[in-house]
Amino acid sequence: MSEALLKVDSLNCQFSGLRAVADLSFSVQPGAIKAVIGPNGAGKSTLFNMIAGVTAPTSGAIHFAGVRIDTLPTFRRAELGIARTFQNLQIFREMTVLENVMVGCHLHGKVGVVKALLRGRALRDEESAFRDTAFALLDRFNLAAKADVVAGDLSFGQMKVLELARALASRPRLLLLDEPAAGLPQAEAEHISQIIADLNRDGMTVLLVEHNMRMVMSLSHDILVLNNGQWIAEGTADHVRRHPDVLSAYLGETEHA
Amino acid sequence: MTMAPAKAAPPPVSTSPSQIVGAPSATSPASHPVRRRGVSDRMRLLLLWLLMLLVPYVAPNSYVISLGNLFLINVILIASLNLLMGYGGQISLGHAGFFGFGAYVSGILDVKLGIMPWIGLPTAAVLTGLSALIIGIPALRLRGHYLSMATLGWNAILLVMFNRLIDLTGGPNGLLGVHPFSIGSLALDTDIRQFPLVWLVSLLVMIAILHLLQSRVGRALRAVATNEIGADAVGIDSFRTKLLFFVLTAGMAGIAGSLYVHVNQYASPETFGVNGSILLVVMVALGGSGTYWGPVIGALIYTAVPQLLLDYEDAELMLFGLGMLIVLIAVPSGLAGLPATLIGRRFGRRPS
Ligand SMILES: Nc1ncnc2c1ncn2[C@@H]1O[C@H](COP(=O)(O)OP(=O)(O)O)[C@@H](O)[C@H]1O
Ligand SMILES: [Mg+2]
Repeated sequence: MSEALLKVDSLNCQFSGLRAVADLSFSVQPGAIKAVIGPNGAGKSTLFNMIAGVTAPTSGAIHFAGVRIDTLPTFRRAELGIARTFQNLQIFREMTVLENVMVGCHLHGKVGVVKALLRGRALRDEESAFRDTAFALLDRFNLAAKADVVAGDLSFGQMKVLELARALASRPRLLLLDEPAAGLPQAEAEHISQIIADLNRDGMTVLLVEHNMRMVMSLSHDILVLNNGQWIAEGTADHVRRHPDVLSAYLGETEHA
Repeated sequence: MTMAPAKAAPPPVSTSPSQIVGAPSATSPASHPVRRRGVSDRMRLLLLWLLMLLVPYVAPNSYVISLGNLFLINVILIASLNLLMGYGGQISLGHAGFFGFGAYVSGILDVKLGIMPWIGLPTAAVLTGLSALIIGIPALRLRGHYLSMATLGWNAILLVMFNRLIDLTGGPNGLLGVHPFSIGSLALDTDIRQFPLVWLVSLLVMIAILHLLQSRVGRALRAVATNEIGADAVGIDSFRTKLLFFVLTAGMAGIAGSLYVHVNQYASPETFGVNGSILLVVMVALGGSGTYWGPVIGALIYTAVPQLLLDYEDAELMLFGLGMLIVLIAVPSGLAGLPATLIGRRFGRRPS
């Protein structure tokens, strides 16, 4: 097996009295889709926030492509190739759909203030390259017709797709998706599911948090189950589905069980 | 327990699986005409500024031309503050202080050291930017309203310095003996001779702002202002971005200060107080915060209203305050958004 792209070691996150993530270790192989599931409050989003750099772990280590990242600021982790979507959308609502995706291209630009001021060839080339990349993504996600619409005016489902397009514009090596299908009607959920499958076929490594079990089971190579911040099972869909601790964790939760 | 496997594979929806990013698909850029707002805004800017070249010809007297000069200096001040505040979401309560800093740097270099205004102007820009760097580094590290507090403090300190460093600044009596810009032996010492210079510099600043906004750094600034968490996630260093624009816009205020001091050949502290800073913020909001043309409207109001109220100086602040309340309640996007509001284009918009 190749070296893990993401490696989490004995990770802890303590919110005053509450241990949101407790002594968690796992790894994600390059090219894999790994799902993280668990009842609400299991610590999935907290885990994502620690990987992406929004929340500082209380202890433990995170390595990405061999680099220890758990003390780096968020933008540095993005530079290394980690992109994400958010459970509670974090799009640029006052900017257009096209601009949102062009901001996603930020890391692949070089034009600074001076070149921007002179508006020479470098700036124009970069702008048109960003625009092409953005339109290619919008096309792919059926959002190109909305390119000039203010992002805040999109439907919820479109915003989710836009956020995914923005994340992809940075050409990440690891994509963290926090509930990409939550709140979407089945058809749109399947659209997203198809996008993720296609991305993975092209080599994208994905860490996925999702409650839609149909989606989790069909997409993931490997599933990690959390409950109360703790590792309770890990393995293939079949393995996890039969695991007694997983069954009991989910029995209490009628909503998603 | 309904963790059942998917019954059927979801239908393929997306177009070309191999296409993530990189080379655009054959259909995309051509089939989506790109709106080139930049070009049209630049054209409008050039037209408007060309139109303003008529001012010296149609102005009934020199006083009106001097108001034109003041207006263009105010455009620089308000447009730069708008870049920071309207597009960048960072409220500076010290913009008039930076304006004064630039004015005194350029004026003192001239009066005390005999350094010509042409050198004083870039020096004022750089030193004013540098002072912003020193304030910005600690203040922008912290999220929230620290920049407003820090700039407010800085402006208050500057005002004390302008008043107390009498040997340098002339104190409350003002800095006297400032020379005008000159080209060879031609001193730009009349309103009509100064107009082309102020006209050109204000045009360059407006173009600079437009170019910045339509670039990667300008989009990064707006992204940080709109959603810092989202901006961080795509790899934008929000601290550096905010600091960069804080320094740049302070530098622009420094340029305005240098123009001001050599145009008026005088500077006195009360022009650069916290009151002035607050009024500049009000003008940004009145004109239309975060709109490209708002500052032009803001500068027009800022220049014209005091002329109409010369005899009622106390009423000025009150009137500005009242005007702001009315505009912000009736047209929250500022006066630049008035046509759109009247047409009702915005009415269909979902609240965000
Ligand atoms: N910033 C925070 N401060 C305090 N408690 C938090 C914070 N974020 C999450 N929690 C708590 O941590 C636990 C895990 O939350 P979360 O990671 O959002 O779970 P999940 O995404 O699996 O539903 C929950 O009990 C939640 O209330
Ligand atoms: Mg969550």
